[in-house]
Amino acid sequence: MTLGFNLLVAVCLSYVAMLFAVAFWAEQRALRGRLGWLRSPWIYTLSLSIYCTAWTFYGAVGYAARSGLEYVTIYLGPTLVMIGWWGLLRKLVAIGRSQRITSVADLLSSRYGKSNALGVIVTLFAVVGTTPYIALQLQSVTLSFAVFAAQGGGPGATDPGLADPEGTALWVAAGLALFTVIFGTRNLDVNERHHGVVTAIALEAVVKLLALLFVGVFVVWGLAGGPAEMFRAIEASPLATWQIPGARWAGLSFLSAAAFICLPRMFHVLVVENADERHLATAAWAFPAYLCLMSLFVVPIAVVGLAMMPEGANPDLFVLTVPLAAERPGLAMFAFLGGFSSATSMVIVAAIALSTMVSNHVVVPIWLSVVRGGAQVSGDVRKVVLRARRISIAGLLFLGYVYFRLSGGGTALATIGLISFVGVAQVLPALLGGVFWRGATRAGAICGLCAGFAIWLYALLLPSLGTGAAFSAGMLAQGPGGVGWLRPQALFGIATMDPVIHALFWSMLVNTAIFLAVSLATFPGPVERLQGADFVNVFRYSSGARGWSRHMAEPEDLLIMTQRILGPGEAQALFQSAAAAQGKQGYLPDATPEFLESLERVLAGSVGAATAHAMMGQITGGSAISVEDLMRVADETAQIMEYSSRLEEKSAELGRTARALREANDKLTRLSVQKDAFLGQISHELRTPMTSIRAFSEILRDGDGIGAPERTRYSGIIHDETLRLTRLLDDLLDLSVLENGQVTLHRERVALGEVIDRALAAWQPAGGLRIERLGGDEKVRIDTDPDRLAQVFLNLVANAAKYCDAPDPVLRIAVLAGPEAVTVDFIDNGRGIPREDQGVIFEKFSRVGDTSAAGGAGLGLAICREVMARLGGTIAYLPGQGGGAFRVTLPRKAG
Amino acid sequence: MGRRVLLVEDEPNIIEAIRFILSRDGWTVEARSDGQGTLDAVRRRRPDLVILDVMLPNRSGYDVLRDLRDDPQLSGLPVLMLTARGQKKDRDLAMRLGVSRFMTKPFANAEMLTAVRDLAGG
Repeated sequence: MTLGFNLLVAVCLSYVAMLFAVAFWAEQRALRGRLGWLRSPWIYTLSLSIYCTAWTFYGAVGYAARSGLEYVTIYLGPTLVMIGWWGLLRKLVAIGRSQRITSVADLLSSRYGKSNALGVIVTLFAVVGTTPYIALQLQSVTLSFAVFAAQGGGPGATDPGLADPEGTALWVAAGLALFTVIFGTRNLDVNERHHGVVTAIALEAVVKLLALLFVGVFVVWGLAGGPAEMFRAIEASPLATWQIPGARWAGLSFLSAAAFICLPRMFHVLVVENADERHLATAAWAFPAYLCLMSLFVVPIAVVGLAMMPEGANPDLFVLTVPLAAERPGLAMFAFLGGFSSATSMVIVAAIALSTMVSNHVVVPIWLSVVRGGAQVSGDVRKVVLRARRISIAGLLFLGYVYFRLSGGGTALATIGLISFVGVAQVLPALLGGVFWRGATRAGAICGLCAGFAIWLYALLLPSLGTGAAFSAGMLAQGPGGVGWLRPQALFGIATMDPVIHALFWSMLVNTAIFLAVSLATFPGPVERLQGADFVNVFRYSSGARGWSRHMAEPEDLLIMTQRILGPGEAQALFQSAAAAQGKQGYLPDATPEFLESLERVLAGSVGAATAHAMMGQITGGSAISVEDLMRVADETAQIMEYSSRLEEKSAELGRTARALREANDKLTRLSVQKDAFLGQISHELRTPMTSIRAFSEILRDGDGIGAPERTRYSGIIHDETLRLTRLLDDLLDLSVLENGQVTLHRERVALGEVIDRALAAWQPAGGLRIERLGGDEKVRIDTDPDRLAQVFLNLVANAAKYCDAPDPVLRIAVLAGPEAVTVDFIDNGRGIPREDQGVIFEKFSRVGDTSAAGGAGLGLAICREVMARLGGTIAYLPGQGGGAFRVTLPRKAG
Repeated sequence: MGRRVLLVEDEPNIIEAIRFILSRDGWTVEARSDGQGTLDAVRRRRPDLVILDVMLPNRSGYDVLRDLRDDPQLSGLPVLMLTARGQKKDRDLAMRLGVSRFMTKPFANAEMLTAVRDLAGG
């Protein structure tokens, strides 16, 4: 019995569709704030399993068939790190959290003085080091497809187009790019967490583990006849006689441990996607257990495969070919899905991690320097970042595909994996040095990295492309220009080592030596020194505010910039909560050092530390100088630095307190003046209609000399003025009832859009104002008093009609439903309310500008504020919208 | 001739009432609603009496009164101030500035008419 190739494609596509569905579902769930088990340590542990790529899934068996137990080293390294060096991971996660690190490139860039050069270098190396690995995944999928095509005998023979390996690889690459773009760049999250992707990957982790276990169980009990038979077969097989040199064993274990920490995709799942430090505690034993299960049946499958399959069969594919040869197509299909899962999950996470690096360290800095004047003036950083990520994801997968075609798919899977590992391991010295040694400098890190990488290229990657591809046979044998000690695979005349170990040894040795030597010979810059202290002592103290202490930035400028990066909703929420923390209302907190520092970290979460630092610098006028001044004055020790910065903080705090007091005093004075003005105002507002009423009623009473038309007209005026009086009294009563909390609310569940409909129906269009409803989430249903809410909306609309001074006045109404709250924005295109008036518009009788022009008594917004407070929501003026803008915020559930 | 009143008031209904009351008594009433430019209007039209509101757009009744009193040619012009702000300090201020008569709104029509006749020597 054979398996149709078409069936395979169908299964494959449904599996992919299921992944899409799972990712979409998780994303929606996270969006609605129902994280639940999406944040469990188990999902975290399973997401770490992207370490087990197609290479480990297929390649480990091939590895075992070729080199015996050596494959264990690939699992040993990560296990040692997880169990033995748990502290390092915890430290990385803590640093990642406190500094909002987005990638391994961002970690080094941030640690070494927010240097973008370092970010660019690491990004570049990561791209070069990961490309072969992506190619490897494409190759494994292609090979496994080919196995089925050949087995099926059908399309592989009759329709070469379908089984064409390059065609398959291209389709797979395109599909992966699509998935990654959809779920990896959906939004620019400040935490860079992708719940959809992580959940899909956790599912794939389960599939690949079960697939390998099923095949293993089938091999041991189904083919070999039980464990006892199996052990006998292993004893008898050539695998048992393999001897592994100690140096190679240690070297490979070290290599996989280094790669586990440094691989961009591993860093991404370990540190960036980590939601809770405590998850590490679970992962510390659960992940090694997972690896153990993954490796349990590798040797049995290899031994049975070697015995069963014809001479020359590719051992990398035993996981597939053994079940097929044993006429178990269902099992083979499952195994295929396992391999497919391994390949796709690795590629997806690698693409997300690398695209983050490319956009944050290459594209955005270039864009910022091109668009001079920066983020405040033009363009939308958010769009640029997202577009850059999408394009780089597609670019990376295309690169992987090109490498796959160039390398011809000939090299054994495990070899490509090891080459890649050695490449990314070059980051290790700079990373460990940065986290544990305050003396490590940027120059040291850059020099070490470049040297190590150069050796990797020269001694490992280029020769691996095959004789004649990069180096000629003569060059490999005699060295460049006949210089023997420069032979790529036998540097300094050491020719006895295996090429991987040889390259690892020399690159790490030279890399570390140069890193140490240059670090000792150079002095760290001021920002570097501060960051170094924060990184090394991440557990000792949460970093104080130091960077932005001397400059006053305009909060509104900061808000505008932040909106451009995080999007308006997120930015406004951030500013509002910061303002609330300072005891202020509205959206503009004081630009305290603490606030600037935390803002920079939030921005760093989206665009990387170096870029965020540069953007903040544009607005605050640069801080590097102030820190440098500080450094020169203070002694070079950390204590004095801490002390002086604390003094500085204190004096800034005193200044701020004084300013806050002054402001409070001003406000009180303003209010007291307003109270007097109010009494005059209320008298005026009551007496004016009464004057007309009295005058006309006396005229009517005296009766002489008036005709019927006048009589009608004058009683009409009396009637209108009476209504005006009643309205004013109603407003006053309404306000006093609201203020005393005696109001009865009639809550019901309504769609927000209906409340807006109601308000607009009650409004008599005036002032030529056009209403544009942007819709949004108008359908969202809330628990509220619809009459009261409509009263607030109507007031805002009427205000816009009265005050919007644009030639073609337009009021836009937009509804946005968040997980907890719903916001309704009313934004007009007028001049807006001047800064100095924004603080008092919600006070009673505080009409801005000329009083009589507006025709109301100045109670509208005060009533709105009281109504919103009763409804459990808020109303606030929203600065920085390019017009008068009010935001009404409502809780989704009645409080 | 000789019975012309300039009314400075920003409530159209009140203008209409005063206009009706005074024109029935034979006065010519000219009304304007803006404080600004009132001085020029007075210089041009030379009314026999100015009836002045206090809360006016752009330039308050007090300021207009001060303008009129600062002009030597107009210092004798009778000014009747009508205001909805009836507090004592408002009256005191008006008196200090040299107002001829001060009345609070709402007023009795007959009282207002008497005041106009007294001031403009009707």
